[in-house]
Amino acid sequence: MATLSLAGIEKSFGATRVLHGVDLDVAEGEMIVIVGASGCGKSTLLRIVAGLESPSAGRVRIDQRDVTALEPAERDIAMVFQNYALYPHMSVRENMAYGLKIRGFARAEIERRVAEAAALLELAPLLDRRPRQLSGGQRQRVAMGRAIVREPKLFLFDEPLSNLDAKLRVQMRAELRRLQRRLGVTSLFVTHDQVEAMTLGDRLLVMHQGHAAQLATPMDIFERPADTYVASFIGSPAMNFLAGRLTAGGAAVALAAGPVLRFADGPRPGAEGMPLTLGIRPEHLVPAAEGLALALDLVEPLGSESVLHGRLANGEALAVRLPGRPPAVDRLTLALPPATLQVFVAETGRRLDPSPA
Amino acid sequence: MERKTVFPQRLLPYLLLAPQLLITAVFFFWPAAQAVWFSFLRQDAFGIRTSFVGLENFTELLADPTYHEALRNTAVFATAVSLLSLGLGLLFAVLADRRIRGAGLYRTLLIWPYAVAPAVAAVLWIFLFHPQVGLIGRWLNGVGLGWDYKLNGGQAMLVVILAAAWKQVAYNMIFFLAGLQSIPPSVLEAAAIDGARPWQRFWTITFPLLSPTTFFLIVVNLVYACFDTFGVIDALTKGGPAKATETLIYRAYVDGRVNLDLGMSSAQSVVLMVVVILLTMVQFRYVERRVHY
Ligand SMILES: Nc1ncnc2c1ncn2[C@@H]1O[C@H](COP(=O)(O)OP(=O)(O)OP(=O)(O)O)[C@@H](O)[C@H]1O
Ligand SMILES: [Mg+2]
Repeated sequence: MATLSLAGIEKSFGATRVLHGVDLDVAEGEMIVIVGASGCGKSTLLRIVAGLESPSAGRVRIDQRDVTALEPAERDIAMVFQNYALYPHMSVRENMAYGLKIRGFARAEIERRVAEAAALLELAPLLDRRPRQLSGGQRQRVAMGRAIVREPKLFLFDEPLSNLDAKLRVQMRAELRRLQRRLGVTSLFVTHDQVEAMTLGDRLLVMHQGHAAQLATPMDIFERPADTYVASFIGSPAMNFLAGRLTAGGAAVALAAGPVLRFADGPRPGAEGMPLTLGIRPEHLVPAAEGLALALDLVEPLGSESVLHGRLANGEALAVRLPGRPPAVDRLTLALPPATLQVFVAETGRRLDPSPA
Repeated sequence: MERKTVFPQRLLPYLLLAPQLLITAVFFFWPAAQAVWFSFLRQDAFGIRTSFVGLENFTELLADPTYHEALRNTAVFATAVSLLSLGLGLLFAVLADRRIRGAGLYRTLLIWPYAVAPAVAAVLWIFLFHPQVGLIGRWLNGVGLGWDYKLNGGQAMLVVILAAAWKQVAYNMIFFLAGLQSIPPSVLEAAAIDGARPWQRFWTITFPLLSPTTFFLIVVNLVYACFDTFGVIDALTKGGPAKATETLIYRAYVDGRVNLDLGMSSAQSVVLMVVVILLTMVQFRYVERRVHY
């Protein structure tokens, strides 16, 4: 158990800047999930914490101790790689024991810990197999076991579930969360699967092009995204965005598509006519007698719900999520409940909260 | 998935194989069969009468103390050449693997010795080690080490070992480099995180993962040292001084071409062939089955 603190982490590969100053404070036993589109620097950040890359600027501290200049070996962390990175020439047992052996643990202690981890992960019958004789899910568990036996200060996971099939993924996700809770090891978990992000993390760090776009609890991020990027990244299908302008002295928005909507939570600061981006989640749109007219062009029945895609009269795209079977129509009229609206400044994409009373 | 090409006619595949089979037959099977046949014959001193002597050539050969000498020389030579060229090849491969950007140039520079003809290579080594004109030779004499590989058998052996190993280093390096590059970096990173220092990582991860390559190269290098170093020895020492650098392959040549004892020379060739076949069999056995993980 340990705390982790990142301060102003920057990283450039040659002329390309990959990380632009990331700050992060992780409490003891906390699980932080790092999400973001491919190439936004998630793995790079994790590798900097591990000591596999050194940052161009900024400090990494574990338990208040500055480890920025230390080798991976000296940081007392464990990492689970996307491809698991098991030692192909060693048995499962040897794979798990390797880190302990290298660190000079006594034989009895090694055996005890390996047996314990094997029992926990149900690996006992596989201990004498080689990695290539295991299935993907079993390899994943061995990689977990190798991390657990070390009893490290910090767990780092780089998309450890992305090579598993959908069913196994769900199962391993739950197992992993249970395990992390039980061991109480401070963890960073990288993924670009938003379901994993929402379910696994105590807090979520959404990264966008090398910046930390938002750090908050999953529900906070879902309900109060800091900008349009975060808003579109979390939630499936993605949030709808409609163009509009600030009107009525900041109390309402005039949509480009027509209607004028009053904000439910109070007036926004800003000049009259300031361009806004209005966000609304597909599940918050409701069919109504009056509202926006949507011409449907794609219907996706998902069983318990349906997703309908279409265009408004002014050409803006909109997706709607409705429970049950899709209605057999090609036009819908939709109301936008004001309480569910998200307001962003069009120019910056930043969230625009009501002015304090 | 296995893909099979199906030829419409029965004859076509054989026609396509024919040139290769013909070459193998003319340049390998025919001389090999001849060598086996000659090894049972003996010619008189003038090459007029030839008689069948059965296994006599072989028994005589195996009882000959100078043949034992050549056997010992070959063992020393082949072991030293293999160890040296494998060791250096691995060292250079590891260095090149570190800075793989420069590896293109590095590889080209190192592959040169392999492409150089034995005679040219030998001249190069003469330039280095000749007691009077060689750079290193003169220096050795200058510091009073009494260097003359043309007189001193041990020194002669050292020079042919160096020259023969040098030619093989590049080949080994290329294979080791390919082996190193096929090790996923994340495995070494995992070991680093597990606490292993670079040296420990090399011996506990890299080296074991290279074992298929290493094994393959051991066999290749042994075969090279035993059978493919005729040119180097001939150009540098001609087997001398006093047969100190006469290996099996060189002796087979001397008996056949210089002493014109075709029967004995053929018997030696047959022994060598058997050794090659054995080495190759070991190689296939192990590479296919044992050395994998
Ligand atoms: N060693 C390197 N040299 C140069 N550029 C690199 C290097 N490693 C990563 N990058 C670049 O840094 C950026 C971030 O890479 P990173 O691997 O951190 O992305 P990621 O968020 O983990 O993406 P993914 O979800 O696809 O794994 C990418 O644009 C990548 O091309
Ligand atoms: Mg990544």
